[in-house]
Amino acid sequence: MTAVQVGLLSQVVLAAVAVAVALVVPAATRAVVAGVSCAAVSVAGAVTGALAMAGQAGSIRLPVALPVDPVAFAPDRLGGLFMLLASVVGVAVAVYGIGYVSGPSASRSSWAALAVFLVGLQLVAAAADVVSFLLAWELMAVGSTVLLLADHARRAEVTAATVWYAALTQLSFALLLAGFAVLTAASGGTGFDTIGSLRPHSAAASVGFVLLLLGFGTKAGLVPLHVWLPRAHPEAPSHVSAAMSAAMVSIGLYGVLLVCVRLLPGGPAWWGVLLAVLGAASALYGILQASVASDLKRLLAYSTTENVGLVVLALGTSVLLRASGATDVADAALTASLLLVVSHAAFKATLFLGAGAVLHATGERDLDRLGGLGTRMPWTGAAFGVASLGAAALPGTAGFVAEWTLLQALIHGARLGDPMVAVVMPLAVGVVALTTGLALLTFVKAYGIAFLARPRSTEADAAHEAGRTMTWPMLAGAAVVVALGLVPGPVAAALATTVGAAGIEPVGLGGIRLTGLNALLDPLALAVLAAAVALPVLVSVARAARRHPARATDLAWGCGGARVSPRMQYTATSYAEPLLRVFDDALQPTRDVEVTHATESRYLVQRVEYRQRLSDVVEVRLYRPVIGWADRVGVQARRLQNGSVHRYLGYSFGALLAVLLVVSL
Amino acid sequence: MTGQAILVAAVQVGVVVALAPVLAGVTRQTRARLEGRAGAGVWQPWRDLRKLVAKAPVRATGSGWLLRVAPVVLLSSSLLVAALLPLVGAVSLPLVPDDLFVVVSVLLVGTVAVALLGLDAGTAFGGMGSSRHMTIAALVEPTVLVAVYALSIPVGSSALSLIVQARLDSSAVIASPVSLLAVLALGIVVLAETGRLPVDNPSTHLELTMVHEAMLLEASARDLAWLELGSWVRLAALLGLVGNLVAPWGIDTRVSAAGLLLGVAALAGKLVVLGGLLGAAEVFLAKLRLFRVPELLAGSFVLAFLAVTASYLVG
Repeated sequence: MTAVQVGLLSQVVLAAVAVAVALVVPAATRAVVAGVSCAAVSVAGAVTGALAMAGQAGSIRLPVALPVDPVAFAPDRLGGLFMLLASVVGVAVAVYGIGYVSGPSASRSSWAALAVFLVGLQLVAAAADVVSFLLAWELMAVGSTVLLLADHARRAEVTAATVWYAALTQLSFALLLAGFAVLTAASGGTGFDTIGSLRPHSAAASVGFVLLLLGFGTKAGLVPLHVWLPRAHPEAPSHVSAAMSAAMVSIGLYGVLLVCVRLLPGGPAWWGVLLAVLGAASALYGILQASVASDLKRLLAYSTTENVGLVVLALGTSVLLRASGATDVADAALTASLLLVVSHAAFKATLFLGAGAVLHATGERDLDRLGGLGTRMPWTGAAFGVASLGAAALPGTAGFVAEWTLLQALIHGARLGDPMVAVVMPLAVGVVALTTGLALLTFVKAYGIAFLARPRSTEADAAHEAGRTMTWPMLAGAAVVVALGLVPGPVAAALATTVGAAGIEPVGLGGIRLTGLNALLDPLALAVLAAAVALPVLVSVARAARRHPARATDLAWGCGGARVSPRMQYTATSYAEPLLRVFDDALQPTRDVEVTHATESRYLVQRVEYRQRLSDVVEVRLYRPVIGWADRVGVQARRLQNGSVHRYLGYSFGALLAVLLVVSL
Repeated sequence: MTGQAILVAAVQVGVVVALAPVLAGVTRQTRARLEGRAGAGVWQPWRDLRKLVAKAPVRATGSGWLLRVAPVVLLSSSLLVAALLPLVGAVSLPLVPDDLFVVVSVLLVGTVAVALLGLDAGTAFGGMGSSRHMTIAALVEPTVLVAVYALSIPVGSSALSLIVQARLDSSAVIASPVSLLAVLALGIVVLAETGRLPVDNPSTHLELTMVHEAMLLEASARDLAWLELGSWVRLAALLGLVGNLVAPWGIDTRVSAAGLLLGVAALAGKLVVLGGLLGAAEVFLAKLRLFRVPELLAGSFVLAFLAVTASYLVG
């Protein structure tokens, strides 16, 4: 038995143990025992993933009686990477869950579902054929649905969110099944290697590609299939939101990568354009919605759509460039997409865990009622702040390295004089830039409103720091964001080998060099330079501070307009108001302003009531009509079933007749 | 080579710190003279700084660590930009090339630090300034990066020293329509990024229209000094960059004592001219309404985008 085989088996065994433990152990010690067992499942996954990523082989075959290729779990390098990614997130989530869960989310079923969810995530990345892939995929779907339902008895929104989630998950499964069926029929086998021998320029390959892209895009949250994200992420317990956003969405992206890199490599240029358009639309729409959201977890959910969009945009440009012959640039774009996935997993897991700690401490998700948490929850604030910098792609964080690589690939793409490439690249640069700019605003808002200034409600005022099992996973996540941002070279080189990309090598103090593009980034050297120029500033600060110590006053000045009431402060809603006006047409908010005048004179105002509602334009314009139509069809279809046995016998007869006719033709 | 590059970076930081307040003084003085006032003289910003550093800061209880840290971060990021850009000499450090994408993101660090400072105080004005500041920063971003893209096309790299070197070698590049469009777009961006007219009025203290000033309301003494110096350095470095893109002559490419002196003199000359022009232009410009600013930025984005597509059509 090879090490990878042992790892795969131990994941399954440990998951079974974790489920049993969750069901048996009494409530008093359940969180600790079940949390540790779930973490063990993910530790096994992390080790296996790392081994597979390093190129070690090993497989488990399931005995089946069906006439298909062997049903096997055998992670390749790319699968190993995603198994490692999902597992590391899994460890953080399981440990965090120990301190976080309470009430319904601490129940037997929730812990058992977490174990199933985690092992499902990890096994999807290991699947080597269609059947095993779909099996693991459904395991993941079932586990996440049960976890999402945890709080359904207390809040009606949870049920609604779960219905949306379950419906779109099934849609995704149906699309995947159809896509894989097309590819299997065309290639003559269910194994990924058999499908990989298919010609990507055939019609069947294109049909399979589009179906699979839509299926995986639903799971990953691409516009217009993203509608479950802003509903499910806020309603799920926060550690589950972290696992969904950082791990499950990444697995959705793994699916897209699997199609583009392993199953159907070297596709035609229009695949790339389709991917790039979907990615650009998702990135822009996601970040626009995130920038105006006031619910912290909804904001993070939309930002997930944005990041997924960037990954798909990078992948699309890679496919497009490969089709037009620019292999070195295509490799850089592909590596950029992997860097984006990894950095997103790191900062988004941290941000959701941080949002969970805020929710745990204050019971509030609404940014308009938070504030001043930085002093009350210093560790959470630090972790959330660092992860926000990562999400805003500022230098020194993982997000910056990923976006830099993507931008370098984009500006070097158009060398060849291909008109399609020459139009797509500048537009892609514009999209990436606007996305970065809005992400900056979004995360300044998220961190600044929640953690700085004065508390906007009594709950926020009474907030307390989370326990150690909660702060450690967050701080570890923040540390990963910084480490990837400062020493990205070895990581980028390792990521490049998983997809066979050439021309990415480490340089200097852990920097990246893109050899084909003649570009270089060494964040640690940049940090050293920054420290060198900051040193004289710090010295003069210290000297001035010694001579002239600061004086404290009670109240901020605020142009003489500061009041004691914290309601005078800017809120998240008011922060995003200018942006909302600029993008009024795209976001279509509804506003009600009610002014009550004093009875003595209509020039005196007694009360002003302002209400603003933001809905998802895609949901209103696309999904509501479809749902309404389906409802009407359902009502009509009820007439077919009136309870009469004669009519049903008639139906059976008709069906039999139809079958006979079809067979005889 | 490394030693020379470090020397050039150190000289640039020193020169820009020395010149930045003077540049602010020149713009103010030009403006004052054109408006028929006597003006306080070009050295006034330096006197202001000296006065501010020698005062005891007043900080409200409850204002956090940010009030102490953000000014230092802004100043350091501006200094880092001054060290990276090819201002006096077009030589780049071996591991830290003057990549325009990196420069832009270092500028953003300063932007974010000031925006967070505005929120930290918990006052209405701070939040208002911060919100407007970030909205403008977000909308500027596409123009910046597409302009960078346009500039990078002729040399196939986003490294500024290579871009400036190419312009020095063949002045035909400078006058090409592609380059003119890109530099024009970049110029508008510099005005927006540094809070000049028509985007923000640097000399206003009218509460409802100010953007940058609103975020600094709670800062006093040395905190305010670092913030002021940081934004002046940022203005000087970016104007110096625009100057070197339009007229790269005088910049030192082979590091020597005479070359560096010439480079410093050329930079000072370009800054004084650009500062004077900026001050003169501001006399004739009114501040745009906040909700007209996106139109200006969209216009500049179109210029930058045209620059990129034109470079594939015109060559």
